Amino acid sequence: MIEVTDIHKTFFVPHKVKALVGVSTKVAAGEVVVVIGPSGSGKSTFLRCLNHLEAADSGHILIDGIDILDRKTNINKVRAEVGMVFQSFNLFPHKTVLENVTLAQKVVRKRGKSEAHDKAMGLLQKVGIQDKANAYPDNLSGGQQQRVAIARALAMDPKVMLFDEPTSALDPEMIGEVLDVMKALAREGMTMVVVTHEMGFAREVADRVIFMDEGAIVEVGTPEHFFQNPTHDRTKLFLSQIL
Amino acid sequence: MAKLEELRYRSAYFLWVGVFFIGVFALIALLYGATAKIDYVWHWFDVPKYIVNQERIEITAGMGGEVAAIEGEGKDAVVIVKDGDDSESYPMAEAEEIWVSKGDFITPGKILGVYHKWQPGILLQGMWLTLKVSMYAIVFGILIGMLGGIARISKNPALKWSAICYVELIRGSPLLVQIFIWYFVLATLFNRLLMVYGFSEIDALYYGVAALACFTGAYVTEIVRAGIQSIHRGQTEAARSLGMTGPQAMYYIILPQAMRRILPPLAGQFISLIKDSSLLGMIAIRELTKATREAITISLSPYEFWFVCAILYLILTFTLSMAVQYMERKMAIQ
Repeated sequence: MIEVTDIHKTFFVPHKVKALVGVSTKVAAGEVVVVIGPSGSGKSTFLRCLNHLEAADSGHILIDGIDILDRKTNINKVRAEVGMVFQSFNLFPHKTVLENVTLAQKVVRKRGKSEAHDKAMGLLQKVGIQDKANAYPDNLSGGQQQRVAIARALAMDPKVMLFDEPTSALDPEMIGEVLDVMKALAREGMTMVVVTHEMGFAREVADRVIFMDEGAIVEVGTPEHFFQNPTHDRTKLFLSQIL
Repeated sequence: MAKLEELRYRSAYFLWVGVFFIGVFALIALLYGATAKIDYVWHWFDVPKYIVNQERIEITAGMGGEVAAIEGEGKDAVVIVKDGDDSESYPMAEAEEIWVSKGDFITPGKILGVYHKWQPGILLQGMWLTLKVSMYAIVFGILIGMLGGIARISKNPALKWSAICYVELIRGSPLLVQIFIWYFVLATLFNRLLMVYGFSEIDALYYGVAALACFTGAYVTEIVRAGIQSIHRGQTEAARSLGMTGPQAMYYIILPQAMRRILPPLAGQFISLIKDSSLLGMIAIRELTKATREAITISLSPYEFWFVCAILYLILTFTLSMAVQYMERKMAIQ
């Protein structure tokens, strides 16, 4: 589903930082991959490269067989197939919850009004927030907003879902409700790449865990391998710091 | 104890309210006293007729002869004048009184009746022109500013640099000079060109509107740019991640949110525009300020008219700011 070959990314603003130095990996259809690592390790940049919110400097990224670093690729078409959930939700504050979920369906997928509405209501029910359909995002709690953001991404019927630290901006008591939605999604067989600090989620749901540091993948393995006998010193140190 | 405290507070409050009003009246009295010292005679009763006046209109006979009949009553009254085989009828619908009766012999030009009609005076006409010029300039200013603002943040250097040059040129020179350039340079040039190609000339008014619109457009450009840039980057990213194109994200997500933030500074800009339109008097457009000057030449009462002029501007700007406040409330997200 996703095939990343040797991507590099350097930022020059505000100063020169090598964010990614030769990252390669593959994610199969239906697989749940959790990316962990210390802050500044490049894991968010890696995720944002996957739907071209950041343009990788070199290498290849194939999404469902399409190279998104090829200039001839219509990136908007690819992005419609790749859902993304942000740390800060990024709901559209001037639109109601329902409009948030229907807008892109109408504009990008060209669905009719009733079709988009039904799809949206179904998804809002799925994330347990259908009674807030006509509320504005600012009147929702963080956990509710993030669930709407997930519904908004799912409304496009994506083939892959990317989660960029989806629970980092939430109050502790709201983390659970968002993780539950993500777990349900994983059980349904959605292909997911999740950047998170929630080790419990990684242990329970991940098919594979990727540990990144200083812009490179340090260690890859199953959760069992990862949490019980990590091989690299850097991984051991990181795990000892957060567990 | 608390009651006493409150009473003390309230009496202090009213004391200072009193000080305010005394201050205002003292200023007025001072001004009046000074004018009395130089024997200025205030003619406030002169002012209303320059705002609205009653014009006397006479209905006159076009031919001489005999008043053959007066048919109908009141609004339907018609005076029929006959001279041999010729006859003419004059509807008297608006006349307050009919000055002739049946059988009268009249000469051509005889007044058959008189009526009075309310007409806007020179100040009201000027105010209307000020309003008209400002509204045109606001509409075009918004159009220019929207395009300019989007060009200003574009990555394309041709668009971006054009926008920067435009804004810097306009903001860096006085409006009066710009109005003169539009009127004495561009207007003469363009009107001559139109003549060469056999078209009719364009009125000075439209060059005035163009000058104001270009001037305001530059400021609106900066306001729009700031408004767009104040919307968090995450909004664009969220829209693009759903597969929207750049223009779609701008239209559906960024601009509606930016508009709300833009509205208050935009209102301030348009209020200055109404005030700046007073400069158009310099190129013979008879807006409120120019109209006031004309009224003063006729009435010889400068003091009264300049105050009235200021108040009429205040009515325009205050109405606009109320309208914008209403829109702001309407657009607010609850």
